Amino acid sequence: MSLLLVQLLSGLANAMFLFLVASGLSLIFGVTRIVNFAHGSFYMLAAYLTYSLAAALPLGPGSFYAGALMAAVLVAGLGGLVEVLLLRRVYRAPELYQLLLTFALVLIAADAVRILWGADNKTGPPAPGLAGSVPVAGQLFPSYDLAVIAFGPLVALGLWVVFHRTRWGVLIRAATQDREMVAALGVDQSRLFTGVFVLGSFLAGLGGALQVPRVALTTVMDTTVIVEAFVVVVIGGMGSVWGALLASLLIGVLNAYGVLVLPKISIVLMFLVMAVVLIVRPWGLLGRPEIQLRAGTAVVGERDVPWHPAWLVAVGAVLLALPLVLPTFWVWMAVEIFAFALFAASLHLLMGLGGMVSFGHAAYFGLGAYGAALLLKWAAWPMPLAFLAAPVVAAAAAAVFGYFCVRNTSIYFAMLTLAFAQIVFAVVHQWDAVTGGDNGILSVWPPPWLKSPALYYYWALVFAGAGVVLLRIVAASPFGLSLRAVRDHARRAEAVGINIRALQWTAFVVAGFFAGLAGAVFAFLKGSVFPVYTESPMSVQPLVMVLLGGVGAPSGPLIGAAAYKLLDTVITRYTEYWQIWLGGILIALVLAFPRGIAGVLDWRRS
Amino acid sequence: MRSRRFLVLIIAGLAAGLSLPTILTAQGKEPVKIGVLHSLSGTMAISEVSLRDVVLMAVDEINAKGGVLGRKLEVIFRDDKGQPAEAVKHAQELVESEKVTLIAGGFLSNVGLAVSDWAKQNKTMFVVAESLTEALTWSKGHDYAVRLRPNTYEQGRMLADKAGKMKYVKWATIGPNYEYGKRAWETFRDRMKELKPEMQVVGEHWPTLGKIEPGPLVTAILSQNPDALYVSLFGSDWLAFVREAQKRGLFQKMFVVGILLGEPEYIDPLKLEAPEGMLVTGYPWYDIKAQAHQDWVARYTKRGDKNPVLGSLIGYVTYQSIADAIRKAGSTDTAKLVQAFKGLKVETPIGPITFRAIDGQSTMGAWVGTTKIDPARGVGIMVNYEYVPGEKVLPSDDEVKKLRPVN
Repeated sequence: MSLLLVQLLSGLANAMFLFLVASGLSLIFGVTRIVNFAHGSFYMLAAYLTYSLAAALPLGPGSFYAGALMAAVLVAGLGGLVEVLLLRRVYRAPELYQLLLTFALVLIAADAVRILWGADNKTGPPAPGLAGSVPVAGQLFPSYDLAVIAFGPLVALGLWVVFHRTRWGVLIRAATQDREMVAALGVDQSRLFTGVFVLGSFLAGLGGALQVPRVALTTVMDTTVIVEAFVVVVIGGMGSVWGALLASLLIGVLNAYGVLVLPKISIVLMFLVMAVVLIVRPWGLLGRPEIQLRAGTAVVGERDVPWHPAWLVAVGAVLLALPLVLPTFWVWMAVEIFAFALFAASLHLLMGLGGMVSFGHAAYFGLGAYGAALLLKWAAWPMPLAFLAAPVVAAAAAAVFGYFCVRNTSIYFAMLTLAFAQIVFAVVHQWDAVTGGDNGILSVWPPPWLKSPALYYYWALVFAGAGVVLLRIVAASPFGLSLRAVRDHARRAEAVGINIRALQWTAFVVAGFFAGLAGAVFAFLKGSVFPVYTESPMSVQPLVMVLLGGVGAPSGPLIGAAAYKLLDTVITRYTEYWQIWLGGILIALVLAFPRGIAGVLDWRRS
Repeated sequence: MRSRRFLVLIIAGLAAGLSLPTILTAQGKEPVKIGVLHSLSGTMAISEVSLRDVVLMAVDEINAKGGVLGRKLEVIFRDDKGQPAEAVKHAQELVESEKVTLIAGGFLSNVGLAVSDWAKQNKTMFVVAESLTEALTWSKGHDYAVRLRPNTYEQGRMLADKAGKMKYVKWATIGPNYEYGKRAWETFRDRMKELKPEMQVVGEHWPTLGKIEPGPLVTAILSQNPDALYVSLFGSDWLAFVREAQKRGLFQKMFVVGILLGEPEYIDPLKLEAPEGMLVTGYPWYDIKAQAHQDWVARYTKRGDKNPVLGSLIGYVTYQSIADAIRKAGSTDTAKLVQAFKGLKVETPIGPITFRAIDGQSTMGAWVGTTKIDPARGVGIMVNYEYVPGEKVLPSDDEVKKLRPVN
């Protein structure tokens, strides 16, 4: 009994931190519709600032508390600055570009922390006055955690007062429900947005600052927390602060008991919960169905680079000649680009044509890679057969997961795809006997007759090329046109007799199929497969590539994949701070060329 | 117009990026190049930055004494981001574009294994500094990979040899949920059962690497009431675990054994929160009396103005070994290097070590001791320690032959 009670308290303490971060994220999304990846970076920055301020301030025991508050305020100011200087410029661009911008900020913040504080783990001071523990039901429990459990509801109460007793709070609630109406009534939107960003970042900062006495500071704490915060926000319902509170409590307490009852699945517990909630309640526990913006979401018209037939022939000739002239490493590099171009193109079918942003596309890439590797290793299939079976494996998984995913829309769709990807990751990571767990599957090399770089290059060119061409054919078919119709106006599309779910489900399976093919190309290039192939950073890569290339251009994903991989390779050769460069380039691109590189290439018409 | 100029800039930048290395290598007498894979970003950045500083120190010292084969030694760093696929990409690039003689580095086990498999395929020498997985030298071992640091098997046995003589019967364990954590526990447990057949396992906990929720785990361990706990956590997981465990009185209620946890990498960040009385493997650099080691520490602290960590020693000895192997081979030819590493003897700051001919595992050992707070420096240190050389715990050649595929 005492164990259950102490476990409950531990769960509640963790829940309060989740709530602080998630409520800010939910607030920002509710009002501005921005999926703010950088929210976790504000959390991390505040933690490091607190670490330094607590040591530097001359206030004795009060230094930590003053430092924590100052850090949260500083981070709030930074949040406001980011909104005014960067995000405000892209509100009218498609929502996805705001996402790319916040992703660039994540990269920059990560390197800034490494430059300012170094990469080694830091442990901040214990909280003065609350460093000890008190006996609870026969066990010791940290007094600091008790204080946090008391502090969380105070923050919730404070938010309630703001939302229900101040004009500003009422406007925020109104904007969360219908921001166009609020604007039409003469409310200054930009001030409202800045204010929300400041408040949201403050909450993230507070969460990070208060973690300092409990955990170790690391340069990757941003990505860990952002994923958890998104899960909480989505379970609770985007934009609902109370939903965030409820979901934080649910996840915090479930995790605490999960360790006791089901330790094996603790790695995916929160994703399983999210998947169940989203399948049962597509808008989260306390969320509401989204109001379609009357102006419609800004869709950049589909327009490709003006490919002259002569250019296409030239590109084809160059691709055929490359392995004959390039040094071996660049031949391998080209194969990697082919794999990612196909991967990005398959995602583009969902994102560009279907308007369905997936955060979990790596699941199908990874399953393709694992499918090929397992068939080669365990079933001893010849390499070409294993290679060709890979996309089938991926498509089969996409059929199952997609069935559930397409019942949701927008961010809920994205998060459900992420949940399934995490489940796939957990399975390949934990199923040591078959997948080799974290050590992966080694020696997945092509057979001797295909081993030479040039031959494998042509092999990859043929299959990735065929994949891309087939995707183009799909896009131009009546099927592709219907997909666009659903993207632009689901209700009208339905009215003309399109079965939306069946259509989107099919698109999901097709995208999964080609992602799996890309995974197989990649697996035999690297000679090994690992669980990281299915993890979220792998899902982010094609997303960035599509946006970088230009989501409105059919050749965008191909250009984006090439540009991203080349930039990444060249930058990492010359600096260890590659993230700051990549982030800076992405920001410059988003601000100057919201239509991606394809838009740049199309200069005559822009 | 603006956009066109931008495009030209990008293309020019990329072109410069491609051609620069070839311009550089065309000058003067070619140095012997070593490609180094480091995780400068990602989860493992913590232990790798110190490693890089010491690599430069080792190379400077080697070059001050005339280099190798009358040529200078040069190292080229690449950030593998802690990702196996990235590591393989950089290994390819280092060998093919930079024409490095061999590849060194690799921290995470899966990075080490991926590069090792690639090295075997491409017949490139790969000198592993840090990766701990036994598979590297045994079940997935081959001629092209050698490893300096004592592996999980060795360190697990060193600890079990001590813990097996103690009174503790009921054991629990906590470690990261991947191969390193599981193998670190299995080797320890198996050896314990040999030494102390009545040993019982009352609980195993495998939190996700980098995402531990320490509070609930500490309570769960306490509720199982073991006599002793075997810990293979490290990095931020370990630091967060200690903070919760201290507050909840875990260290008062059970004896704790920690693999690697006496290394300055993991005990220094805890400052005065470091738990006392743990049995650990680690590196008591502050207390090693050998003259060669004291000289090395003096040179290290003078150069970098900071104290060494185990990664510093490992990094230094790795490049000593590489230089010695190249000298012994009398060439940078891979086939000759493979032969040179077989049975290679290296005079290190902590005494002579040998790269075993049978499996490429060096005989470098580890220090086993008990933790204690040193109030003067304000950090945890190791006391009553003993250096256990690799020879003492490594399996015999016959056993290795059973573990290692013929190639």
